[in-house]
Amino acid sequence: MPYDPSDPLKDRITDIGPRYYKEFYPPVIEKNRGKWVYHEIIEPGVLVHVAESGDEVYTVRVGGCRLMSIEHIREICEIADKHCDGYLRFTTRNNIEFMVDAKHKVKPLMDDLKNRKFSGGSNKFPIGGTGACVTNIVHTQGWIHCHTPAIDASGVVKSVMDGIFEDFGQMRLPAQVRVSLACCLNMCGAVHCSDIAILGIHRKPPMVDHEWIDKLCELPLAIAACPTAAIKPAKTAEGLKTLEINHERCMFCGNCFTMCGAMPLADEVGSGVAILVGGKISNRISKPKFSKVVIPFIPNEPPRWETTVKAVKNILTVYASDAKKYERIGEWAARIGWERFFEKTGIPFTHHLIDDYRFAYTTWRQSTQFKF
Amino acid sequence: MGKHKTPMLDELEKGPWPSFVSDIKQQAEKGKQALKDAPDDLLGVMELSYKDKVTHWKHGGIVGVFGYGGGVIGRYCDQPEKFPGVAHFHTMRVNQPASKFYSTKFLRDLCNLWERYGSGLTNMHGSTGDIIFLGTTTDNLERVFYDMTHELNQDLGGSGSNLRTPSCCVGLARCEWACYDTEEACHELTMEYQDELHRPAFPYKFKFKFDGCPNGCVAAIARADMSVIGTWKDDIRIDQAAVKAYVGGEIKPNGGAHAGKDWGKFDIVEEVVRLCPTGCMSWDGSTLKINNRECTRCMHCLNVMPRALRPGTETGASILFGAKAPILEGAQLSTLTIPFIRMEPPFEELKELVNKVWDWWMEEGKNRERLGELIQRESFQKFLEIMELSPDPRMVSEPRSNPYIFWKEEEVEGGWTRDIKDFRAKHQR
Repeated sequence: MPYDPSDPLKDRITDIGPRYYKEFYPPVIEKNRGKWVYHEIIEPGVLVHVAESGDEVYTVRVGGCRLMSIEHIREICEIADKHCDGYLRFTTRNNIEFMVDAKHKVKPLMDDLKNRKFSGGSNKFPIGGTGACVTNIVHTQGWIHCHTPAIDASGVVKSVMDGIFEDFGQMRLPAQVRVSLACCLNMCGAVHCSDIAILGIHRKPPMVDHEWIDKLCELPLAIAACPTAAIKPAKTAEGLKTLEINHERCMFCGNCFTMCGAMPLADEVGSGVAILVGGKISNRISKPKFSKVVIPFIPNEPPRWETTVKAVKNILTVYASDAKKYERIGEWAARIGWERFFEKTGIPFTHHLIDDYRFAYTTWRQSTQFKF
Repeated sequence: MGKHKTPMLDELEKGPWPSFVSDIKQQAEKGKQALKDAPDDLLGVMELSYKDKVTHWKHGGIVGVFGYGGGVIGRYCDQPEKFPGVAHFHTMRVNQPASKFYSTKFLRDLCNLWERYGSGLTNMHGSTGDIIFLGTTTDNLERVFYDMTHELNQDLGGSGSNLRTPSCCVGLARCEWACYDTEEACHELTMEYQDELHRPAFPYKFKFKFDGCPNGCVAAIARADMSVIGTWKDDIRIDQAAVKAYVGGEIKPNGGAHAGKDWGKFDIVEEVVRLCPTGCMSWDGSTLKINNRECTRCMHCLNVMPRALRPGTETGASILFGAKAPILEGAQLSTLTIPFIRMEPPFEELKELVNKVWDWWMEEGKNRERLGELIQRESFQKFLEIMELSPDPRMVSEPRSNPYIFWKEEEVEGGWTRDIKDFRAKHQR
């Protein structure tokens, strides 16, 4: 029976969760699950995993746009049907992985992938994203679907990936470089531990829609949402209940707007990009690290965000030429010292980069050890 | 030619990286989606944002399916007359299968469903891990949900102040380093906590993420309120012949990850022994020795020589709590709380931990306070008390440097009640 709008609760099924993952394994994965012995990257974008049984699975990794049409997904299915017995997987970083169970199946698959282009000429399925490379940028919605962004997401990612495309398909960097983008401080994309983070920030305090705010919002919630206590109750000349913002105390986090839509803060010139570097997730060699703000603001430059692309490329290039093998960006910067990081990258050091929030003191230098 | 002129977006069709603009255009031209004009109008509103340099999506809107408080994000365009195809453009989060393997049959079923009721546009996948159906109208939400549950045996994911859709790394399916079954743990806990996932009852969001080893491919330590990260207790397994093969150049180090640049001959002392953060390794020219008791399992040597070194066999997970992005008190990484637990299905020990944490956080947490912030506000000591755990030096990087200890009365001999008269009997005023 199809859905009956007049009786929406009829035959209702709830709380059944996701499909069981084992339904979707290619046979070679099903057979060798938990019995893999080692892996190798045989060329950029191509992995082989070898099992105790001697079985091999070859994975061809391709970059994907997180925003994907069903026409495109159907094309992915067509490729997987043709080469991969009807199975595939996606990675955490929005890459697509096509898997085959024998080496001779790899080349026809790769040739097929390489030949597919979008009407505008871009690659549908660029191969890469393995080893010491820049893999796909994880990102948020931006102007395509979100109400709080300071910047676009998909367009900035497209522009940056075009700019550093060679390093997606090659493995010539000292270590892997994880680039992430979040279009506001809410960080749906959690970019606070990325080698290079592109973050949308605001620089103008919220405007208060005095006429509507008391009708649209719970005022105490908006007041409580402010981490610096910059918001207090007020009344308009007409006697309407409203809020007043102490602009000096606003750090532009946008948390009030999340609670109350009558306090918009995005702005054509006020909002833009901040660049953070040196974060990592992995426990390899050094501990996980937060990313640090190195460029406080770059204006929004649609459609190609030239200054942002240039900034990312510059950091990547200087890092690639100066870091030691295995060194992540944050480990490199810590070894050479941040004073050298700014010197080598030519990025100006301004007062915006000195912390003045909760744990500020822990980031200042309590030592006479520094470099001239 | 599309419905709207999009000269700025057209610039994003150029260049080698896949163009989402070309893809949306392809859907607009060829697609048979129910919301026929959605792809065109989405490009239109995007172009307007590119011109105005601000978003044109309105704040929130409470929509959903009956009985659930999560899984659907309301979204409305602030220029509905110009772009009627996306005037109502709600997102549906669809709970992905653990580790994101798919059959083409299932993917096509999802596509057909979304063609029938939506914009034909998706995210594969959203940041938390869900399959995202991007854009439909309010009256289609129940239809999508009905057909999805009845025909696809598939449920929605989480949103709002509830358990967010858990996610995991590829795990045992295709990785030799997985120290426990991340997929099974992810699936089992997702199923166990369906009520918490669909019906918001928490102060704010709560995330589980399951990494199979300390490499951390799903970023559990940075993104999850409860981070479950695989580890092992016994010795790293060494194949000395394979070590020699790496030294002799017969096997490429790091699985070939650095093949794009000539870094010179592999030097096991420089590249492995000296980079070991604890200095617990040595190489005498023929044998690699590891003092496993001193090893902190950073994974570097295993990553460099995957054919020679493997994790031990007494495996399980470390549990860390409290990671979050900066809103509000600043970003936090998870803090090590339980150095090691066994991870066997059905993961009862893990569930007991979850229940204790939630009881406390739901009682004490303020509106929009993440667990990590509550622990900071109430103290790690309080958290340990709630979790019924004994303090352990592994939980801290170093002991406190200030002496401001909140002694408890029962810890102090004789308690705190004293008589000032006794004091005055010995000390003049």
